[in-house]
Amino acid sequence: MGADPIQPAHAAPVTPWWRNRRLIPWLVQGVTGLVLLVVVAFLVGNLVRNLTSAGLLLSWRWLGNPAGFDIAETLLPFNAGLPYWRALAAGLVNTLRVVLAGLVGATVLGTLVGVAAFSSNGLLRRLARVYVELIRNIPLLLQLVFWYFVVFLALPGGRDAIQLPGLVLAKSGLYLFKPELINDVWQAPLRLTVEFGALLTGLVVYTAAYIAEVVRGGVASVAAGQWEAARSLGFSPLQTLQRIVLPQALRVIVPGLNSQYISLAKNSSLAVACGYTDLYSVAETTLNQTGRAVEVVLILLGAYLVIDLLISALMNGLNQLVQIRER
Amino acid sequence: MNTSPSTRLQRLRRELFASPLDGLISLLLIGGMVAVAGSLLRWMLVQAQWAVIQANTTLFAVGRYPLEQQWRLWLLTVLLALATGLSWGLLRGLPAGRARRLWPVNDRVAVALLIGLAVLGPLMLGLQPLIQLRWWLIAAALIASRWAAGRWATAIPTGLRRWIPLIWPLLYLAGMVLISGGLGLIAVPPSEWGGLLLTLLAASFAILLCFPLGILLALGRRSALPLLRWASVLYIEFIRGAPLITLLFLGQNILGFLLPGGLAPDRVWRAAWVLTFFAAAYVAEAVRSGLAALPPGQLEAARSLGLPIPQALIHVVLPQALRVALPATVGQFISLLQDTTLLSLIGLLDLLGTARTVMANPAYLGRNAEVYLVLAVLFWCCCAALGLGSRALERRLNPTTDHPAQA
Repeated sequence: MGADPIQPAHAAPVTPWWRNRRLIPWLVQGVTGLVLLVVVAFLVGNLVRNLTSAGLLLSWRWLGNPAGFDIAETLLPFNAGLPYWRALAAGLVNTLRVVLAGLVGATVLGTLVGVAAFSSNGLLRRLARVYVELIRNIPLLLQLVFWYFVVFLALPGGRDAIQLPGLVLAKSGLYLFKPELINDVWQAPLRLTVEFGALLTGLVVYTAAYIAEVVRGGVASVAAGQWEAARSLGFSPLQTLQRIVLPQALRVIVPGLNSQYISLAKNSSLAVACGYTDLYSVAETTLNQTGRAVEVVLILLGAYLVIDLLISALMNGLNQLVQIRER
Repeated sequence: MNTSPSTRLQRLRRELFASPLDGLISLLLIGGMVAVAGSLLRWMLVQAQWAVIQANTTLFAVGRYPLEQQWRLWLLTVLLALATGLSWGLLRGLPAGRARRLWPVNDRVAVALLIGLAVLGPLMLGLQPLIQLRWWLIAAALIASRWAAGRWATAIPTGLRRWIPLIWPLLYLAGMVLISGGLGLIAVPPSEWGGLLLTLLAASFAILLCFPLGILLALGRRSALPLLRWASVLYIEFIRGAPLITLLFLGQNILGFLLPGGLAPDRVWRAAWVLTFFAAAYVAEAVRSGLAALPPGQLEAARSLGLPIPQALIHVVLPQALRVALPATVGQFISLLQDTTLLSLIGLLDLLGTARTVMANPAYLGRNAEVYLVLAVLFWCCCAALGLGSRALERRLNPTTDHPAQA
């Protein structure tokens, strides 16, 4: 706070306490702190009292008890006899798997759509716009159940499955690398379930619309003279984009991507809507079986916080890499 | 602008067939679009069975709200229509001094759309004739009050005019009473609200409350007082770090432990409060960007004119900051409206939850596509309308639009 104006000694007026510029900040903070303290103490007090009377006081020993439920698809080996913490770990790995695949897919699709907004083809430009406006105004959860129930569960099975070279898309899943039909059942070295497929498709299509806007903003931030200069040096449009415009646009794009990546990670918790067992879904089952609400919520919040922080750290590193390095 | 056929053809050619590659892309896209549109149209007209929507309109609209109490919702709809018409008319009719056109083109289009919707919507949904008539009357009431308010706007005494916006909060409170009961009306517990009613209630409740809360948090985050700043930062980052579904989960499973027995609100209200607290953190970030865009001289100038900090904030800083933050804030409101679908994941019967119960009925098994398509169209229209409204408001609030000479 600034210094008090110099007052002649004879006219020193008595400042009322509510105008005292040193006192007021302390008073405001003291009252706020007191209110916050009382509220927190009240909530925590209730929590401890209610948990004690319910016999659910904070404990982590139950994590070692056998889970007793199975998980449909896991990367980590898992069965119903293994403890809860293994189930939660399997769920976390499932979450990470869909998040990683989603990040890659959404970045590729989003960049394509974002760059399409600068196409010389008017139709392509408008279609990119329509895509963004269509996807952003429909709730993600609705899109996920649409992909799962309407698209993926309606796929033909067995002999009628969609067959492309090296890839088969059937009602029972996506088969990659030399799929074969044995006794009317598809077999392949790599099988992805339709639940994973629906979740991944939904997340990619949704996040790509937002990433496209970030990319569009980034590309638009590059001065038009850069395009013209590159063209006059004989670069093709694709080369211009790749060598001149995108490296400069990245400085604007990367911070925007960071928040989109984090929301993709958080949105992956909607997996339960299309039957994919991610961390949230395992946590829900765990809560229903053990009643350990506080511990389960703490694990959930902690896990997503760590994922968010990891993404942020990686993107901050990337951000430093793409910033202008001055000599 | 010259739009003779040959110019238009030239423009089309330049847009679509500038180079052989462009031409190829255009042909592929046109082919794809025609194929998609054709199969969609064929599906909609031939294969789709719309009975699932037509037979369940009441369920989708209000859920299991008791039939004999539904007149309250109709009354509320009529009041809303009248208030909308009144505000709309006053918006055009006032201020009187300026040469404002009472019926600009946009309004004519809007009225035409409204009439089309009121006539075609109930017909397509296959509502009973009596209910169709009600919708026509409601649309007529809206247009009539719009006309009357526009016509006699200037006749309203100036003293009264200032109080007219107050009809909205009053109407909201009246609506709450009408919906939930009390004041002599039979109570309808929140567990019986559902469908669009629950979605709109949860969204409007959260939007109304998260806005002031978000402003306070944003001011707190930029405050010079460390305690306020750190408390706000902690809250905002905690909320933004967690997925909404885990917070709803927290609300449903832990709130009961945090409050003394019996004080915890009903499941619907818990979810609505969680939505509010969730959205507040995001609105705070939107408002903060608006505050950050404001030159610090504004606050300093207001302070040096002798305004205490609260007044300086209310009269000088916030009006400017909120205008800058408006698009981002409305963006948050739109995602809040979309986020209400998550209520279906914790077992509440919002629009999506109702849809799921309808499809669990063996009679409508496998009618997913029809139901989800209708919901998607509904949400799309609501969100797009909010976006359009935000852009219109932005133009209206922009101080340079009304005085082009100064721009």
